[in-house]
Amino acid sequence: MNLSVKIGTLTLQNPVTVASGTFGYGVEYSQLVDLNQLGAVVVKGIRLEPVRGNPTPRTVEVTSGLINAIGLQGPGVDGFIHKYWPFLKGLKVPTIINVWGTTVEEYAEVARRFDALGGVGALELNVSCPNIKEGGAQFGTDVKLLSQVVTACRKATKLPLITKMSPNVVSIAPYAQAAEAAGSDALSIMNSFPAMAIDIETRRPMLANVTGGLTGPCIKPIAVKLVWEAAKAVNIPIIGMGGIQSAADAIEFILAGATAVAIGTANFYEPQTALQVIAGLRQYLQENRFEDIRELIGRAHTGN
Amino acid sequence: MVEQTVQIVSNERDTDLYFRLVVRAPQIAPLVQPGQFAHVRILPLKHALLRRPFSIFQVSGDTLSILYKTIGQGTEVLSQMQPGEGLNMIGPLGHGFTVPQPGGEVPLLVAGGYGMAALYLLAQRSRQKGIAFVGGRRRVDILCEEEFSALGWEVRVTTEDGSHGAKGLVTQALLMELKRRTAGRKLFACGPTPMLKAVGQLATDFDLPAELSLDEHMGCGIGVCLTCVVPIKTRDGWEYQRTCTDGPVFDSTQVAWEVNK
Repeated sequence: MNLSVKIGTLTLQNPVTVASGTFGYGVEYSQLVDLNQLGAVVVKGIRLEPVRGNPTPRTVEVTSGLINAIGLQGPGVDGFIHKYWPFLKGLKVPTIINVWGTTVEEYAEVARRFDALGGVGALELNVSCPNIKEGGAQFGTDVKLLSQVVTACRKATKLPLITKMSPNVVSIAPYAQAAEAAGSDALSIMNSFPAMAIDIETRRPMLANVTGGLTGPCIKPIAVKLVWEAAKAVNIPIIGMGGIQSAADAIEFILAGATAVAIGTANFYEPQTALQVIAGLRQYLQENRFEDIRELIGRAHTGN
Repeated sequence: MVEQTVQIVSNERDTDLYFRLVVRAPQIAPLVQPGQFAHVRILPLKHALLRRPFSIFQVSGDTLSILYKTIGQGTEVLSQMQPGEGLNMIGPLGHGFTVPQPGGEVPLLVAGGYGMAALYLLAQRSRQKGIAFVGGRRRVDILCEEEFSALGWEVRVTTEDGSHGAKGLVTQALLMELKRRTAGRKLFACGPTPMLKAVGQLATDFDLPAELSLDEHMGCGIGVCLTCVVPIKTRDGWEYQRTCTDGPVFDSTQVAWEVNK
């Protein structure tokens, strides 16, 4: 039975990865999860400089979901390389670095730095974080800017580039096509959906940032639809994500057209989710007499 | 840190809205240090996703206990669970208290409400007995007073309505004691944020060391989601650190209270 898939030139031993921002830098989970069983480790978004992040409260629980406005707190490129890379480079599975910036030039510079580092599996371009004022979603909701970011990063590195898409667009097809045309090797679909919650006791917004990004099982049907639409629009592989908490959820994404998937918010409440999904995929293939996970990719488009 | 399914041994009302939960957690219980917590997935809770963090109150062989207050949907559902039912637990987590050693400072514990739970193991394992200052709004908010007495600790109770012990705030009782004597003493506190701030201020005023256990809303509990951050002083200013892994216990001089208004 084959579970391995390719994202550009990168081979994953199985299609199950983790979503940026829900798995720290891998090491935090290493006592609870055998990281070498994963398809890849995807780290939290990194820009050139350290980032302090947003004031608190940063997270609010809603029905079957979570709204967060962390603000991409992180150590910056140098801090990451010093503090986390020695651990990550020792893993047997690839590390995908989530990259962001406040300008096109910064995205390219971060990409260059990780290209020069050596040993990185791929770069995921975060053009879709809803929680920061400069950078993030402004690049992912403007086709021209999106093209510029991907083009600049394409020039900066030969590493596989994965563009992480915003769900907050009328139609995802032109954005997916723009990323593909600019040289993206794959797409991550999707980032969190802009949302908010209000405390009826204080009569104020729950989050210090007022709005945040909605994640968790409640967004899954939206994400499946976006994967479905993007799969029709492009020929590059898609990493599907949004509320996956079981193998059944992952299979839905694959049938919609995803080549791989990422476990996100579920890591927070059940760290074993990714490993459970891998086991469940195996079982599904066996029970349904498929030899290769790739037979399932996009199968909902053609029937059976 | 271990993740395991634990079985409920008992789950009974203590006073008012407070409950005592005992679970069999053979892999976690032996590892617990004072001030650490367990992150609990309440399995019947279906549409609220996150685990709930609880200070570990007592440890005995392969069981551990938690003293909790029903304050929301998670703890409401937990309070209805029965012996024999399972919970999923990750623990022990967090950076706990420094256990007082013989010849070191004499510990003064300061607790508000269920903050008492986080201090019990410290009192039990401390190599020096001290005084436990326990405060609450009403008599029912004073928890495990007998257990502290049974350890041979002096317990001083305050209630805001005067229904038990001295009338007033726990920090007023502490202030009176500090006016009497400060030399060779150290403060350890757990409770609501305003109380912790006041204890931190007293530590500064009287030039005493103090360790504070902060209580923040938490997501993952293991340091990745960055929900539970608090402003902590650094050489050149301050940064957000995680209550779950850098804390929950911080040295009082580290906390940059001025940042949050």
